Amino acid sequence: MSKSINIIKSTAVPLQIENVDTDQIIPARFLKATNRDGFGKNLFRDWRYENDNEMTPKKDFVLNSPIFKGSILVAGKNFGCGSSREHAAWAIKDAGFDVVVSSFFADIFKNNALNNFLLPVVVSDEFLQKIFETVSADPSSEITVSLEDQAISLPAASLKTGPRVDGLERVETFDINSYKKTCLLNGYDDIDYLLSMKDEIESYETTRI
Amino acid sequence: MSVQHKNSEPGNKGKGKTLFEKIWEKHVVKEIDGGPSVLYVDTHLIHEVTSPQAFNGLAKRGLKVFRPKQVVATADHNVPTLNQHLPIKEELSRIQVQTLKDNCAKFGIELYGLGHPYQGIVHVIGPELGITQPGATIVCGDSHTSTHGAFGAIAFGIGTSEVEMVFATQCLMQTKPKLMRINVEGELKKGVVSKDIILYIISHTSASGATGYAVEYAGSAIRSLSMEARMTICNMSIEMGARCGMIAPDTTTFEYIKGREFAPQGTAWDRKLADWKTLYSDKDAVFDKEILIDAAAIEPMITYGTNPGMGVGVTGHIPALDEVEEKEKPYFEKSLHYMGLQPGVKIKGKKVDYVFIGSCTNSRIEDLRMVASFVKGKHKANGVEVWIVPGSKQVEAQAKEEGIDKIFEEAGFLLRQPGCSACLGMNEDKIPAGKYCISTSNRNFEGRQGPNARTFLASPLTAAVAAITGEVGDVRDYLLS
Ligand code: SF4
Repeated sequence: MSKSINIIKSTAVPLQIENVDTDQIIPARFLKATNRDGFGKNLFRDWRYENDNEMTPKKDFVLNSPIFKGSILVAGKNFGCGSSREHAAWAIKDAGFDVVVSSFFADIFKNNALNNFLLPVVVSDEFLQKIFETVSADPSSEITVSLEDQAISLPAASLKTGPRVDGLERVETFDINSYKKTCLLNGYDDIDYLLSMKDEIESYETTRI
Repeated sequence: MSVQHKNSEPGNKGKGKTLFEKIWEKHVVKEIDGGPSVLYVDTHLIHEVTSPQAFNGLAKRGLKVFRPKQVVATADHNVPTLNQHLPIKEELSRIQVQTLKDNCAKFGIELYGLGHPYQGIVHVIGPELGITQPGATIVCGDSHTSTHGAFGAIAFGIGTSEVEMVFATQCLMQTKPKLMRINVEGELKKGVVSKDIILYIISHTSASGATGYAVEYAGSAIRSLSMEARMTICNMSIEMGARCGMIAPDTTTFEYIKGREFAPQGTAWDRKLADWKTLYSDKDAVFDKEILIDAAAIEPMITYGTNPGMGVGVTGHIPALDEVEEKEKPYFEKSLHYMGLQPGVKIKGKKVDYVFIGSCTNSRIEDLRMVASFVKGKHKANGVEVWIVPGSKQVEAQAKEEGIDKIFEEAGFLLRQPGCSACLGMNEDKIPAGKYCISTSNRNFEGRQGPNARTFLASPLTAAVAAITGEVGDVRDYLLS
């Protein structure tokens, strides 16, 4: 697992579907492993193959498309709803993505993603639509995500006039809490932090009834 | 209007505290500037699917489980529900269940695994053993941990990295969610049960309407419910995206807990009880959002689509295309295509192939009693397969003691052994492709019950009607006759 993220510049894979739940991201029957590796090959398994067969990929599914590639997954709103399975974040990361962009993420998925150095970027519905349009029109369009600046930008090539496209800023900023940002930029994880607090945790325990 | 919304004015914070805030504040070990809080976890429940990688991580760091006595394990997701005394046939499943056993032995954790009289679905056994208690913080690597909130606890699902954090430190990093209260006032109509309340709520809030919120359920209709019924409601909080769901504890709660295996006893009980009685939202407490629901407006509910927000009353119809917002159309059409259903048609009378009564939403003794009282003396419809899967060994034993197993047998139902079963299409119990299953579980996602399986979510009563008639029906038609 690559630790620390900052600037990611890549073409994107557009998954223009809303309410993508964790059972779609990785169906339950693939959760039997006892380690974290190898889930990528079953990412979106049932959308990817006919009759659960790897020899018969569904041609119209975007992950099977020879055109769309890259380390940025762009998906419709309410991405990652459903179960708490972290396997969903592992599968996306394992399939080569570092960023997921949507206009809305389910809570637990977002936490799981952050804990795996997979950056969830929340954009407005309008900006999301603009990304879909830009990428569909030109799959070689590169999107830039800067964690440091908390900004996501469409390529200059999609600029028609000045810094705006169709009345929309080419760049949008996104939120992330400052603690998590520091963790991601520096490759820290929560366990390291919590372990450093052992004494405080023990003294807290003595105050309980 | 049957559903009313109210948003609080910003800055209109009273002095009073909500139930959530009272519990949360007691568990904050430290607040981090601009970041999450370090939250102490009282009870950590684990199962075979989301724990192995956390144990591996712990071992890699050379750590022990910090507070093994606060962790309880069971095997539920990946177990067969027939012939549980035999070795598990499927190799990966067998290894996963064995890995849990090995890890629990190695790290000193109590395991109620296969063959143990306490084994069962993690969210069923916690409450029935008295492990789930008011005022506690409870986590599990499972999104339906929200179930335990029915006791007035802060209970939520976590990912495996977080499971590892709790193993290592008994703490988690958490941002405080926003607070929502859903008040269900008035009396429920005959034939309408708690599953219908929550399906009704979700059909109004949508599958993401409570994302970022902790939800408290309140109001006279909620107060009137049994603990089992309250658990069904809190269980599905996650289906509208909520971080957790909770109900203030009251006499119903205390009576349920008293005398259970791990409930406090003697003076400890008195001390705890005094504390639990302080757990309610103060009159002047302010929520970020409040919703008022008229209980009398709720019908027996059923879902027609591929997320739990896509529900209607059983006498209603699937929305017609012109009733769906333009931007929702692609998802709506995709969903109906998967379900093999047409927009605008009535759902009543739709044929079903399977009936699944089980899962952490509706597999408790009260659910089984409800089904049994309806089907007693009746027989299942031809061509319908009916699976009843008790939530735990204790529920199974109780059902046998009460003769409920006989009623099911005579009705032609198959009473299986405890586990998650067909709720999630992970173990052997799957609904075949293209078949329709009316299910008392909580998710109707594409493929949830097996690749290309089609799910209608409903209450145990509505499922019982389908078992007997072979189609989606209105339980009220039978109660009145
Ligand atoms: S019964 Fe279903 S929802 Fe409940 S814990 Fe098991 S798999 Fe999850």
